[in-house]
Amino acid sequence: MLRIINGKVYDPVNRIHGEIRDICIRDQKIVEGPLPPETEIIDAKGCVVMPGGVEIHSHVAGAKVNNGRMLCPEDSADHFRAHTEILRSGCNGVVPTTFLTGYEYARLGYTTLFEAAVPPLKARHAHEELRDTPILDTGCYTVMGNNYLVMKALNEPDEISRREKLMGVVAWLLESTRGYAVKIVNPGGVENWKWNRGLVDLDTPVPPFDVTPRMIMTGLARTAYELKLPHPIHLHTNHLGEPGNMAYTLETMKALSGSRAHFTHLQFHSYDKSKRGGFASGAVAIAEYFNNHPEFTCDAGLIVFGPTMTMTADAPMEFSLHQMKGGKWSNLDIEMETGSGVVPIKYQPDSLVNAVQWCLGLELMLLINDPWRVFLSTDHPNAGPFTSYPLLIKLLMDRDFRMSWYEMLHPKVKEYTCLHDLTREYSLEEIAIVTRSGPARALGLKNRGHLGAGAYADVAIYPFFDDKQKMFSSASYLIKDGRVVVRDGAIKESFSGRALGLELPVKGELAGDLKEYFEQYSTVAFSNYRVEEEYTPRPELIRCG
Amino acid sequence: MDQELKVHSDVICTFCGCLCDDIEVEVVDNRISKVKKACMIGRNKLMHAQSNNPDITIAGKPTSLDAAINEAVNILTNARFPLVYGLSSTTTEAQREMVEIAEILNATIDNPSSYCHGPGLMARQQVGLSSCTLGEVKNRADLVIFWGCNPLESHVRHLTRYSVSAKGMFHPEGRKSRKIVSIDIRPTPTTKSSDWFIQVTPGNTFEIATLLRALVANNPIGKGDDALIAGVAVSKWRELAEMIRGCKYGVIFFGLGVTQCRGRDINVEQLAVLVSEINNHTRFYAMAMRGHGNVAGGNQVMTWQTGFPLAVNFSRGYPRYNPGEFSVIGLLARKEVDAALIVATDPGAHLPADTGDHLKNIPVIYLEPHNNPTTEWATVVIPVAQAGVAASGTYYRMDNVPLRVKKIVDSDHLSDEEVLKRIKERITHAQNY
Ligand SMILES: [Zn+2]
Repeated sequence: MLRIINGKVYDPVNRIHGEIRDICIRDQKIVEGPLPPETEIIDAKGCVVMPGGVEIHSHVAGAKVNNGRMLCPEDSADHFRAHTEILRSGCNGVVPTTFLTGYEYARLGYTTLFEAAVPPLKARHAHEELRDTPILDTGCYTVMGNNYLVMKALNEPDEISRREKLMGVVAWLLESTRGYAVKIVNPGGVENWKWNRGLVDLDTPVPPFDVTPRMIMTGLARTAYELKLPHPIHLHTNHLGEPGNMAYTLETMKALSGSRAHFTHLQFHSYDKSKRGGFASGAVAIAEYFNNHPEFTCDAGLIVFGPTMTMTADAPMEFSLHQMKGGKWSNLDIEMETGSGVVPIKYQPDSLVNAVQWCLGLELMLLINDPWRVFLSTDHPNAGPFTSYPLLIKLLMDRDFRMSWYEMLHPKVKEYTCLHDLTREYSLEEIAIVTRSGPARALGLKNRGHLGAGAYADVAIYPFFDDKQKMFSSASYLIKDGRVVVRDGAIKESFSGRALGLELPVKGELAGDLKEYFEQYSTVAFSNYRVEEEYTPRPELIRCG
Repeated sequence: MDQELKVHSDVICTFCGCLCDDIEVEVVDNRISKVKKACMIGRNKLMHAQSNNPDITIAGKPTSLDAAINEAVNILTNARFPLVYGLSSTTTEAQREMVEIAEILNATIDNPSSYCHGPGLMARQQVGLSSCTLGEVKNRADLVIFWGCNPLESHVRHLTRYSVSAKGMFHPEGRKSRKIVSIDIRPTPTTKSSDWFIQVTPGNTFEIATLLRALVANNPIGKGDDALIAGVAVSKWRELAEMIRGCKYGVIFFGLGVTQCRGRDINVEQLAVLVSEINNHTRFYAMAMRGHGNVAGGNQVMTWQTGFPLAVNFSRGYPRYNPGEFSVIGLLARKEVDAALIVATDPGAHLPADTGDHLKNIPVIYLEPHNNPTTEWATVVIPVAQAGVAASGTYYRMDNVPLRVKKIVDSDHLSDEEVLKRIKERITHAQNY
């Protein structure tokens, strides 16, 4: 048992806006109190108390992440930690090793973490790494946007049987991979690239099943709804990173309007085109559309200046990035499912493109009115490492600080962005929403992201400073499941978190022809495909519906 | 007495990097009695998996498991420069324990890839690699090039399951619709079954890859068509370059003939750049012909836990990477290590004799299911339940697809993972008192 006293509590779900409140913890949960007098007390005087952070989109575990580590040993040269009696060693400042990933997130006050893109065939790998990512509860999204079984089911002419088959495939994929959500990455576009064809638009038929990106996205959105998944489709749309892609993103939003959808790293999809064909911010138009569609959520994908690494299932995007930049390029095509690529990158303030990207991400977060629908992310490590969150929080909360950075950007950035005109500053309450309460709600996690009775006792306590970067750079305390993991800014205990999965309303079963198809063309036997329960030793299944 | 027959299907053969997962195994009274579908080597391995187990010994004398583990802990905690080595033929679950033991001991850890496909990993660190899973080869590849490898003898079912005669989605005819090219220094069964065998002079991999880069890009090469590169006329190489540009989905499988010939990592680097540049024209990939069952998994585990796939030293408490300085062969040749924990590899058979000899002069703890050259001289021998036969766990195929190998019979022995956990716990205990 534990009582946190004297802290200023920010618990937006329960409408507590910075009031001094006691938080009572019994076993793994938050309780009403009172607790017996001998209960251990944490005095949070001068501190801010929030629910543990919830990371909705990050690349931390699995094949492409490890590919990234393997690709750049140089990122470890000045970034390493020795082991202690409690902690494992680790290294790499861009794509930290698994243990270090858990420790660093914990120090930032996070307690729940989702790996954003897992190809089904490599799901065991992701779970193996998540098992070695301590402290946080973790889950992963299953990549489906170029999956043959999905596309074959969508190719079914009869509407009813199409819906049934698709539902069977999606449930089967989620079950087989122990995934939490349906991830779509460049739907149809990755498969098209494997045929050495060009970029796809909403209505481009994609071989070998002649289904279109529109059919894939709307079909999966509907299936996610029918399966009552706690999180809707998690969508990385086509045309990532192209100037002018804003128009395409708006078209995609129109195609999906009316159904729930999460648009991930929206910054990368919101570019207007300058007269010369270069990058300009499309934040105003995107935010305007988005503000009027309460069925959508998004995460920002904010840029952090410095070296980092792009990694995505969007293999064609990585290939064109490599063609543009030269240098290292890793690629992995995955049979019948997807591709993936890894390319190191460095974002620079004096590059006009990077400067526009930097402004655009912040503009989105400032122009989207409802903090419950836009979340803090760097699409770690694509737009920057997650360890930069404290800096980004300060940029959101402090306009003077933001403008001091703005002054250092490429001088022409003003012509292509509107950041200069935005005066909004995030409040602590809004920060609590975009880093924990909002993502928890979007993910359908009812016992996380708030501090009401019955919630998991996942609590972050930050020392109050006017300098918000300093304030959020290291939690004074982190309580996970009622255990004090971080004390005085140092990790005192480490253990395995839970593996978040789904309790689906139907059994995942492949229709006969799809199963036959799988058996004929996969190199893994049907019976060896499904991830066994050994890979999630501490499961927590969230009920759909 | 009735004999109990159990038939296990879709069993995964752990012998080579193919990890064929369609094997049928019959077990009668806990003995493997029949193996179907596997290649000769795989079948032999499975049929003999339960025989020829070593005794638990210290200095050749039989002892108890408890005493052997205590002696192991004693040796490791008293060593000044211990080496943890192997990892290639056991589960990732055991490999994870090995990395942790190395870390607790501030030891050095390495795996056999440092003298097999390690140069390929180092090349990837320089330039990356465009690769794919084996199913992509089966379903899509219309051009397959075997370079410095002989899968017909080393990865027997690779050709029928994945790369040559496999009937894929877009190649329903299998062998007929694929072009198979071999590049090697001598004829082998694989080169004989290829459509085109390009016999090259030894040690010229780098030159060949460089020439192909120029030809694929249509760059001038300053040599006539009759000039010889690696003993083969430029006109022939031009033909190959045309074939490469003309294919829809091509794959190079490369073996030790590429990674271990003169130039080593820069060969693979040049090959990787070639493959990368071919993608300006068509889809093209390369894959290392990984040998031992889970050597790929060892690289993965080391990378996610330490940041590096091989040759890692923990003497400062954090992982440092330096192939050469921290590679098994160099460490042994320089006689730097003073104790070794070896799991799931046979240094007595695989390491060059003169380097391996140093191991005979230092205390060695050896976990292994079967008698082999190393069990003859290792200081502490601990027999273990063989992964994929008497123990389950994760293996990574040569294309890094992870599969779960199964336990199909019971063993009197613990698995590598279980023994290593006990060793780890006692080391921690010993260090704290
Ligand atoms: Zn992402």
